[in-house]
Amino acid sequence: MEFTTFLWTTFAAFLTLAVFSFLYKDNPMYKFAEHLFVGVSAGYFVIILWHGALVPNLFKKLADGDWYLLWLNASEWWYFVPFILGVMMFARFFKKSSWISRWPLAMYIGISTGLAIPLEMANRVNRQLWAMMEPINWSSFWGERYLDIGSGYSELLIFVGTIAALVYFFFSKAHTGAFGAVAKFGIWTLMLGFGASFGFTVMARISLFINRIQFLDINWGQAAFDASGTANENYHAGFQALFWAVWLIFLVYAVFEFKKYLNSKDKPSQPESTQA
Amino acid sequence: MNFFSKLMQLDRRWVYLLLVIVCLSAYYADFTVPTIVENETKAIYDFIEALEPGEIIFVAVDYDPSSQAELHPMTYALVEHAFRKDLKVIFTALSQNGPGMVDQALRDLTDSLKLPKTYNGIFYEGKEIVNGVDYTFLGYKPYYAIVITAMGQDYRILFPSDYYGTPLDSIPMMKRVHNYDDISLLVDISSGSITDAWISYGQGKFDFPLALGLTGVMTAQYYPFLQSKQIMGLMGGLLGAAQYEHLADNPGLAKDGMRVQLPAHLLIILFIIIGNVGYLVTRYRERKI
Repeated sequence: MEFTTFLWTTFAAFLTLAVFSFLYKDNPMYKFAEHLFVGVSAGYFVIILWHGALVPNLFKKLADGDWYLLWLNASEWWYFVPFILGVMMFARFFKKSSWISRWPLAMYIGISTGLAIPLEMANRVNRQLWAMMEPINWSSFWGERYLDIGSGYSELLIFVGTIAALVYFFFSKAHTGAFGAVAKFGIWTLMLGFGASFGFTVMARISLFINRIQFLDINWGQAAFDASGTANENYHAGFQALFWAVWLIFLVYAVFEFKKYLNSKDKPSQPESTQA
Repeated sequence: MNFFSKLMQLDRRWVYLLLVIVCLSAYYADFTVPTIVENETKAIYDFIEALEPGEIIFVAVDYDPSSQAELHPMTYALVEHAFRKDLKVIFTALSQNGPGMVDQALRDLTDSLKLPKTYNGIFYEGKEIVNGVDYTFLGYKPYYAIVITAMGQDYRILFPSDYYGTPLDSIPMMKRVHNYDDISLLVDISSGSITDAWISYGQGKFDFPLALGLTGVMTAQYYPFLQSKQIMGLMGGLLGAAQYEHLADNPGLAKDGMRVQLPAHLLIILFIIIGNVGYLVTRYRERKI
């Protein structure tokens, strides 16, 4: 790893630790990382949009000849229409002429709606309804393994669970007797669904943390101390200095916070919020 | 104040600290956890395994760095598997910060593929993957629903040139490739609502085999599409990535991460039980008073 690459890796490690420091409490290092992330994301997006969309899909189409002639010399001059529509959007910045921006917006919303309604209806409603109404697979009721998708048991459970969940949301009849029992099964079905989502969410959050551990260990820590020359041909003595410098920053901050905590203990009238 | 009342007022930072200790201990401990492969992940692996060399798969990398922890291992395992099998890959990134993800994955995979390796008992020579011959990266365009629909007619409508500025017609592998009819499989690896668009505007309209790789948070809500056969396979979160790595016999960050997931989950389950017991006991005592 080159020294400059390691410098950036160290900066990424610092930002990682800065973000994690929020778990203790909000602090300037976290604020710095947060603002930097938002700023870099916005800047990166603007550049990607300019070079990836506007230049190849609009300006190049309008600039077959000289740039100053623009659409006058372009073979695909009709691209001037979306160009004008795009410019009209900026009218929002001026109070008196802000109504002009409604035209391109209306066109965009009209196209999106026309595209969305039939496809969404067909693929997110009808196809799901058909899947629900397919005959139960009795020939492979238990499936090859536990609760296989496509097994009869699974299909039956989905069918009964869906009907029961719909019954739970049917409020025109009191949830008592057999109707109440079905509604109760419906709420259990919903809870199973929420539980599955929660379990996956926990896995997702832990995954993010694991990834950061892997980054700090493999990409940063191991690179800093890899003096063997086998994996790190460009090993530099400054690697370790940078590594320890980052930890020193957080150590100083921890000491500062600990002293603040001790001082606050001496003054019980001013308790500090402990909520991260 | 009794034990349970104290428990209910426990500073959440103790929970974080304990979780960090457990995760770090598990990370540095030397043990393995078995990987049980689910049918929905195996379906994707088997599909790619059955493709002939030269066939084209489309990989939509629709995630930002914030989701790379879960989705990057999927991209790495799946694309490396495809390249080792001499398949050609078209990439897009319809998420704002996605191009960087593809760029990084391609750089790492180019290095990895240069090394000879043996997977599932089959030896693969190291090879150089070449832009335009083995893969094409189309890049990013805004308004994914319209992009997905337009690509059903011709990729060239919105992508006259690839991400690196080369006109599509001068890219060797794209010469006879125009739209979804020319691909064998589309894999959407996604962390957001772009997946809905691939299902409705892509698969629903143009009827191509679609597989999904999703973040854990999203996974549960996309199982109905598996049931309705709108998607042919599904990889959910780090677990899905670990399963694919296991199938491809190419253990990476996901399989390594599952070692940490196990004790972390056990700890969270323990917290849930303790929290509920504390809540119920406290409520019971308050009622008595």
